[in-house]
Amino acid sequence: MARVASARNLTMRTRVRLARRRFGIFYQERIEPIFSYGRRNPSLIVGLGMLGALLFFTVIGMLVYGRTEPHITGRAQDSRLDAYVSGGAPVQDKRLPPSWCTWCEDIVELEADEKPSLFQYPMGTDTQSRDLFATNLRGIPLTLGTGLIAGLLSVGIGTITAFVAAYYRGVPDVLIRLLTDVGISIPGLLILIIIRIQLGTELVWWQLGAGLAAVGWVFSSRTVRSQVLVLREQPYVEIARQSGMSGLAIIFREMMPNLIPYITASFVASVAGSILASIGLEALGLGDFSSPSLGMTVYWVIQFGAITLGMWWWWLFPLVFIVIIFVSLFLISAGLDEWSNPRLRRQA
Amino acid sequence: MTTSDNAPSTRARSVANARPVPVISFVSAFFSNFIVQRFLLFLLTVWVAATVIFVLPRLTGQDPVKEKLLLEAQRGGSVQAGMNEMAKEYSSRLGLDLPIYEQYVNYMTDLAQLDFGYSIAYFPRTVNEIIADSIIWSIGLMTVTLTLGFVLGTGAGALLGWSRSPGWLSYAFMPLLTLSAIPQYMLGLVLMFIFAIMLNLLPFFGAYSPGNLPEWSLGFILDVLKHSILPALSILFSAVGFWAIGMRGMMINTQGEDFMVQADAKGLNGARIFVRYAIRNALLPQVTGLAISFGTLLTGAVLVEVLFQFPGLGNTLFYAIRVSDFFQITGIVMTIIISLALATMVIDLVYPLIDPRVKYTQN
Repeated sequence: MARVASARNLTMRTRVRLARRRFGIFYQERIEPIFSYGRRNPSLIVGLGMLGALLFFTVIGMLVYGRTEPHITGRAQDSRLDAYVSGGAPVQDKRLPPSWCTWCEDIVELEADEKPSLFQYPMGTDTQSRDLFATNLRGIPLTLGTGLIAGLLSVGIGTITAFVAAYYRGVPDVLIRLLTDVGISIPGLLILIIIRIQLGTELVWWQLGAGLAAVGWVFSSRTVRSQVLVLREQPYVEIARQSGMSGLAIIFREMMPNLIPYITASFVASVAGSILASIGLEALGLGDFSSPSLGMTVYWVIQFGAITLGMWWWWLFPLVFIVIIFVSLFLISAGLDEWSNPRLRRQA
Repeated sequence: MTTSDNAPSTRARSVANARPVPVISFVSAFFSNFIVQRFLLFLLTVWVAATVIFVLPRLTGQDPVKEKLLLEAQRGGSVQAGMNEMAKEYSSRLGLDLPIYEQYVNYMTDLAQLDFGYSIAYFPRTVNEIIADSIIWSIGLMTVTLTLGFVLGTGAGALLGWSRSPGWLSYAFMPLLTLSAIPQYMLGLVLMFIFAIMLNLLPFFGAYSPGNLPEWSLGFILDVLKHSILPALSILFSAVGFWAIGMRGMMINTQGEDFMVQADAKGLNGARIFVRYAIRNALLPQVTGLAISFGTLLTGAVLVEVLFQFPGLGNTLFYAIRVSDFFQITGIVMTIIISLALATMVIDLVYPLIDPRVKYTQN
């Protein structure tokens, strides 16, 4: 009734009322379920909140944290955020604990005029007196970015191959299935080690992400393919095919909406897996040495024996960030579980 | 992978071969046999991995021998004259100057005999000797931690998912969940700091005290055990969390099944329902998960070994990477890939023993 009326010229008041009602319906159908889903799945909200807080911290930190203050190595022209990237040789061995930490002064002796002010080095410095707060601020987006690129690419490749396999069946399906079966049983990290050593050059963050996707897409492909195979036998897909819908239209209009939960779940899983693998690769010494990503920090921590040196600030802060990333991704995927697996809904 | 996947095709085949020539029917029956198929997949996996490892270096056009020599020359500061001759000599000794297909055939024959050639960094020694020295440590560490992790984790998950467990148990879920999300080597860092540095209770590197020589004596074994506690714990913690979460989910699902209601209605006692009905059925996906997650657990353990300088395969791989000893890296990577593929195959093959509903025989 409202729809018929809206075509005619109506008073402003009626229009507002109609718009409000339409928004109400939209809210009830689209927005409300999201909120109620969130209420039933606190882990999704907590996970998203943790990840959001980490990003917020990074962005605010990068905006606020000094671009002009001199670096302790004396290169006054360097902003602190660039201190790691410009990769200068060690000038002095002044490893400073976090400057707010009044009880850990005794690790190095400082001249009176060198005493940093209270929040000059919130996370201390490493053995080459590089500012670790700046390093971590740079590292979080690099590490997350690697995971994001890898996740997007592997879900993209995985979905396309899954559709090709399910659509053409026959030989392409057999080939793709064999490839995924084989790929799943070969640890991607090991293949990446070989690739990286043979390339000889250091991989920057997005190249690393692409490399991880090249070995990680098999997992997405397998998840999505099994779902596509189930969906294509569904009556409504059959009806769409009988009524002459084109293949692409069936894929995007009929099947995609039902696949999105699986694709999302597989995306989150592959982001987490890729970040895990990228940190592992970097910790083995195969990362980009000029980049301050979290994994490279772990590598330097192991290389310089930060634990035995008692430099807890060097490994504790990156560790906390890495744990936040993994726990939040895990919570998100646990929260999405109910969406992709409606059988769990009874229990939730 | 399961029978439901290939059942239609075998049925079609058996109809087509209703009155077949005996030899052909034997061949088709042979290749439709699950055990044979699974073994072929194992061979294919190893072959693909080996080929990728063979092809990649040749695509990038790098010369591992020459690079290694250059690196040595830079380190030792020796003159670089005669470097090319030396590289050529090494190349011909290692068979790197042959045409590419001959190299491939040689490589595959060597691989079939599990012979990975000489190490570049420790030249007179073969890669096999180096691997043999270190693999025993890895096998010991991995067997204990993976078995314990699976048993403890599955047990904890079963209790967590069981609706009649005491209420306080549910508080253990969040810590377990967090543990499973933390990479093993990160946990290792924390454990190392707490137990080796702060409390000074346990040694923080190596597998035995320096100065001790490996021997079969009680003192040495105790020493090894003391050194293995921290690396083992850091693998164990995350493994327990991983299995507990999977098992908990499966237990919750299983309790919704009709046979559970029936078992309850029959008046069976709780312990029997728990063990014989709930765990028995919830365990099955865990075993399948074991096959899939083996690789992740193993690569995580590689890094734990590096962190604790535990002299296993992972640590050897790390040092091979540092001195860019390509043959050693290839050997270790192939060893890990083959043992993984073997382990997954064994799990797949023994699966019907655990789940009688899955049968790999033809009818």
